[in-house]
Amino acid sequence: MPRYLSMVRIDEKTAPAEGPSPELMQRMGDLLEEITKAGVMLDTAGLLPTAQGKRVRWEGGELSVTDGPFTETKEVVGGYALMQCKDMAEAVEWAKRFLKVHEEHWTVTCEVREITEG
Amino acid sequence: MTPQPTTGPTPDSDPAPTPDSDSTPTLTSDSEPGTAIETVFRMESPRLIAGVARIVRDVGIAEELAQDALVVALEQWPRDGVPDNPGAWLMTTAKHRAIDLVRRRERYARKLAEVGRDLEAAGPYLDQPSDPDDIDDDLLRLVFTACHPVLSAEARIALTLRLLGGLTTTEIARAFLAPEATIAQRIVRAKRTLAAKAVAFEVPYGPDRDARLASVLEVIYLIFNEGYAATAGDDLLRPALCEDALRLARVLAQLMPKEPEVHGLVALLELQESRAATRTGPSGEPVLLKDQDRRRWNRLLIARGFTALGRATATATGAPGPYALQAAIAACHAQAHTYEETDWSRIATLYALLVARSPSPVVELNRAVAVSMADGPGPALEIVDHLAAEPALRDYHLLPSVRGDLLRRLGRRAEARAEFLRAADLARNERERALLLARAEEGD
Repeated sequence: MPRYLSMVRIDEKTAPAEGPSPELMQRMGDLLEEITKAGVMLDTAGLLPTAQGKRVRWEGGELSVTDGPFTETKEVVGGYALMQCKDMAEAVEWAKRFLKVHEEHWTVTCEVREITEG
Repeated sequence: MTPQPTTGPTPDSDPAPTPDSDSTPTLTSDSEPGTAIETVFRMESPRLIAGVARIVRDVGIAEELAQDALVVALEQWPRDGVPDNPGAWLMTTAKHRAIDLVRRRERYARKLAEVGRDLEAAGPYLDQPSDPDDIDDDLLRLVFTACHPVLSAEARIALTLRLLGGLTTTEIARAFLAPEATIAQRIVRAKRTLAAKAVAFEVPYGPDRDARLASVLEVIYLIFNEGYAATAGDDLLRPALCEDALRLARVLAQLMPKEPEVHGLVALLELQESRAATRTGPSGEPVLLKDQDRRRWNRLLIARGFTALGRATATATGAPGPYALQAAIAACHAQAHTYEETDWSRIATLYALLVARSPSPVVELNRAVAVSMADGPGPALEIVDHLAAEPALRDYHLLPSVRGDLLRRLGRRAEARAEFLRAADLARNERERALLLARAEEGD
């Protein structure tokens, strides 16, 4: 049963400034409980905005550090879920359910990637 | 019953099995495999069967009705679109059919009084999403029913994987190296037995609760061990049984958060599974605990194992149970950054507690190994010599293997060599035999 990392990508410029509504938080909490009860969720968390992030880069043998926000990237990772599923189809189904708890004015992308084992 | 740290080779889970689209529910119709509908069904299946079983009181019939709901979905969803809450849709459809069936079938007339109550109880839920707590209760009833002691261990394992693990009969057969017809028969007979013995669809309370829970934990543990004992070259479905068992254990811990031994089992399996990638070498040969690359142990699973062990401790009212003790031993290994740092005296103490709690010659042998590491080969040899007459270990290759090791450390080389040769004769597979023969021939 492979593990999958779902990277939740949002556009910080269009994401609602007031953040998630209480109703969304409630629905999200219920869903996370359901995914955990299914024995699927291994770890999940949301991230602070990229304004508080840093990029540390290695290029041409040189290190550089860039402060956020990362405005040149349209969608940045705003959270993640690490899940253990039978297959990609199941991981995608959970991602769909995660997306569907959001109101219509949200634009969110889940990038679902299988983790290499061994 | 303790998983041996030096157990036989298991295939590395590298590369990860590619998602296969063959894992479809057993359908009589020739539906397309791998569709989103079937994925949803497979995910919802345990809860559907559990919810319906509460109405019809028969897991076999419940499974058929859940399949019927899938057939309806396969007809309607492609035409009308996937409903907003596909799980609730399937549940409502399946429960409606269950109630129709109960009303229609005469053979339920005898149970009408009882069923009438069930219908009233089910009534309000039919047109709204089921309360999560109700679903949890139903799921727990299904767990206890599938693992009921009226069934043989083999039947319990097959039924649990089928109804709760979401495995097809084909997958179970492949994983257990058994003909598909055998497994199919086993499942059919198990369902019949449950019906014939009128096993109540309920979570046991009262005096037999502990024994019933032990039966559930044992089923999950045996599934894990089957995967653990898989050898290189085996179908990938075999080692995958470890993960199926782990998922079942994690689900059970959510359903029974107050049961210390459930958390103990989760902790044990998480910690065992954290070493999966390092238990075999490049050509599938077994790698002993002391030779494993600890940097490749899975930190996430180790952390989860420690969390579960903490829950086992926090929920315990008395002394730790056998699963929590085994998990504590596994935790000692996980905590040691190198083999040399292993806290053997703590492990020896934990094994002593485990032997006192549930006596077993295999566990006693493991205790001897820990004692040999903590206090030297002399005291350990005394323990092993006491086990020599143990009928349960007569053909167990690890007894002469451990004894050979102790004798060699004591400088009694000729005796050691004889023990290793005896162990090689008893070894279960070629790789272990080769390893033991090599040990017989090596010098100090």
